[in-house]
Amino acid sequence: MSNWVKVAPFNEIPKLGARVVRTKTTDIGVFRTEDDRIFAVNNSCPHKGGPLSQGIVYGDKVACPLHSWKISLVDGKAEEPDVGQTACFNTKVEEGIVYLELKE
Amino acid sequence: MQKMKLVVVGNGMAGMRTVEELLKIAPDIYDITIFGDEPYPNYNRIMLSPVLANEQTIDDIILNSREWYAANNIKLCTSARINKIDRKNRVVYAEDGTSAEYDRLLIATGSKPFIPSIPGKELDGVLGYRDIKDTNDMIAASKKYKHAVVIGGGLLGLEAANGLRIQGMEVTVVHKNEWLLDKQLDKTAGKMLQKNLEAKGLNFLLKKNTELIIGNGAGRVKAVRFTDGLEISADLLVMAVGIRPNFALAESAGIHCNKGIVVNDTMQTYDPRIYAVGECVAHRGISYGLVAPLFEMAKVCATHLANFGIGLYKGSVTSTKLKVTGIDLFSAGDFTSDVDDDREEIVLHDAVGGVYKKLVIKNDKIIGSVLYGDTTDGSWYFQMLRDGKAIHEIRDHLMFGQDSLGNTGHAGQNKAAVMTNEMEVCGCNGVCKGTIVKAIQDQGLFTIDDVKKQTKAGSSCGSCVGLVEQILASTLGGGYAPPSTSKAVCGCTEKNHEEVRAEIRTHKYLNIPDAMKGMGWRTPNGCATCRPALNYYLISTWPHEAKDDPQSRFINERVHANIQKDGTYSVVPRMYGGVTTPDQLRKIADVADKYAVPMVKVTGGQRIDLFGVKKEDLVNMWADLDMPSGYAYGKSIRTVKTCVGSEFCRFGTQNSTQMGIDIEKAFDHMWAPHKVKFAVSGCPRNCAEAGIKDVGIIGVDSGWEIYVAGNGGIKTEAAQFLCKVKTAEEVLEYSGAFIQIYREEARYLDRTVHWVERVGLEYVKQRILEDAEGRKAAYERLLYALQGSVDPWSDRVHKRNQHKEFETITV
Repeated sequence: MSNWVKVAPFNEIPKLGARVVRTKTTDIGVFRTEDDRIFAVNNSCPHKGGPLSQGIVYGDKVACPLHSWKISLVDGKAEEPDVGQTACFNTKVEEGIVYLELKE
Repeated sequence: MQKMKLVVVGNGMAGMRTVEELLKIAPDIYDITIFGDEPYPNYNRIMLSPVLANEQTIDDIILNSREWYAANNIKLCTSARINKIDRKNRVVYAEDGTSAEYDRLLIATGSKPFIPSIPGKELDGVLGYRDIKDTNDMIAASKKYKHAVVIGGGLLGLEAANGLRIQGMEVTVVHKNEWLLDKQLDKTAGKMLQKNLEAKGLNFLLKKNTELIIGNGAGRVKAVRFTDGLEISADLLVMAVGIRPNFALAESAGIHCNKGIVVNDTMQTYDPRIYAVGECVAHRGISYGLVAPLFEMAKVCATHLANFGIGLYKGSVTSTKLKVTGIDLFSAGDFTSDVDDDREEIVLHDAVGGVYKKLVIKNDKIIGSVLYGDTTDGSWYFQMLRDGKAIHEIRDHLMFGQDSLGNTGHAGQNKAAVMTNEMEVCGCNGVCKGTIVKAIQDQGLFTIDDVKKQTKAGSSCGSCVGLVEQILASTLGGGYAPPSTSKAVCGCTEKNHEEVRAEIRTHKYLNIPDAMKGMGWRTPNGCATCRPALNYYLISTWPHEAKDDPQSRFINERVHANIQKDGTYSVVPRMYGGVTTPDQLRKIADVADKYAVPMVKVTGGQRIDLFGVKKEDLVNMWADLDMPSGYAYGKSIRTVKTCVGSEFCRFGTQNSTQMGIDIEKAFDHMWAPHKVKFAVSGCPRNCAEAGIKDVGIIGVDSGWEIYVAGNGGIKTEAAQFLCKVKTAEEVLEYSGAFIQIYREEARYLDRTVHWVERVGLEYVKQRILEDAEGRKAAYERLLYALQGSVDPWSDRVHKRNQHKEFETITV
């Protein structure tokens, strides 16, 4: 059973930036790349829990603002040689609105 | 599209490093086949000595496992010696009958031990020392026999001798010159080394030439005889008199060779389809036998194989370390002193303490160095040698080293060699020496960057990088090459900081996408390293014209607050000159109450820090505070620390508080390559600690003294005297000009101390003191850049509806 929630108008997610989406259980970072793809990952770095949404976005990665771990927005994995993974969420854009699929 | 075929002859360190570099930049353009005549995948040849000395195993020194080759779709043929290259049909043939076609061929056949033609050299038990087989043969021999003789007192010979001694043999080293390592050491250091090694149990015969190797009648070596008639027992004879480039294959294929395969600066041979790297080549007439130059060649060669057509290899200056545990020696460059030209020497010799240091200087530059017993500063000297740095400014303390005394975070240790494996090297990330050594050996690391990445040591505050470098140098021996001081900004570009700055100026790039496109960035939108640097270079080069890109700024500068470990922020309002009022204090207290600020702290920069603020509260808090931002978060002007000064202090000679306020107001909102801190003291008692600031100003009765490039952080560095001026206006002009030239010329993330260390105080003086017009112009440029700048907090408050970024979306 899918659980899509409306996030925000697409243009309110800054290019090469992110917004924080607060759910009942967790904060999720919703990111927009330069080529306008939208990604969502848990707003917590696998290293020391840094808020990934606040990092510098480049390509399809984000650099954590606390200790610069590079996290892939595609699969949530830390770039080698660091090891770790943060949860990812599905996103979609329909009629200019960004949606996020929450896990049950 | 059909991929091109790349065939590599030689599965050693140079060839494989080239392949690795190639895969990094162009992973998909070749089908790669590699031939190696040894039965192993690529291993770390320079770690054979530790294997012989029982410090490592063969498994430890494998650099690329067979799985690695498979994972990269590389066909690896081991125990396959290529004996023919058919250049016309572009095919190579191996002894075992296999063959492979190529579009490009890379020859990396390395070198082989030079075996002089002494009668008896073909006897059993006479070996060179080159590969795993030789090493295994030596270990096997040590189990059965007693007497080992090593011919050759060079690096390889001594490492072999030391290993055989550890394997339990009686070892004699025979050398034809008067002292050991005569290519690497002068006589004094050579004799000190000999004494040390004798104490470890090695025997030496110097000034001896071998005449005959005598067999035992069963085809095995029994003894050696020298030209002076002396004869000694030898059950094992290791020839370590040198190596020769292995270019027979290339020569037989008609490729031009002259004591090595002749290559140009792109590592191309006379056949344009064929490249060569490593010990087998002769580049500008020189063949290298150490691993560091091979890696430089590999990097260049890979860019050409990848059809990038960039990068030239211009030869290497090499340095030497001996990998014998407990012996510390380092040498580089030309250190012979008995040459009749205008070279000078600085020598420190403590025979009892076992320390000897010699620097050879010519035309104000270091051209060579020999260090024995204390090699702490080896890479520092080597770096200056390679960079051709003028040394007159530091000449009087050059011999005493880089003064790492000010460094914090590793319990005052500055000599890696005397540290035990359990001792902490990196105080930020808690990394011990043993962890670093193990990572270097097991994972085959060769550069500081590799070590930082894999172990995290030195990757945070960086104060221990010098120690890490020493550990790397002593673990790798000849394999280590200090990084050049002018390196690429990051992996997204080949260009270094200076080149990037120059192009931004010449081509007048005004935004990041244009700059990246114009300079051929390899990535679509850079990375977290280059984007902030580019952004700074753009706005500092073209103030009011270039577009400031908030998404290329670190979070702190984007939201004008300082991120904390839990993701909250700290808020520091500006208090010019550290002066506040009851009214301000009341406001701060009210705000702290209203937003339930968990901690209120007085900072070292004479202001108040409110910790634990949520991002969504920032804008409201700024509105309530109604004070300007203190820029406590940015690569920007931070504070101007002041003492009380002549208004109240009974010793004060100048009104330092007012001077501080004036400076802070004049340079407010200034971005810089890194943070910039000022201090003003009203008398030489210097209560504002101006001696450790980027610009420190000290009032004296007759005016103001200006000191620059101090630092009180990771590395305590006293500011240096720049000049003395009379008026407060002059203080602003001189210090403003200094900061502006720093803003225009330093690399991003250089503090003033790093920049001045590189360009020299002499240069700064010339720009500011000798060139009055230039100074005034620089000061004007700074004022122009700051013109019309606004307080970012009140700006955000006014434009709060435009900045959705601060709002959290709740679902």
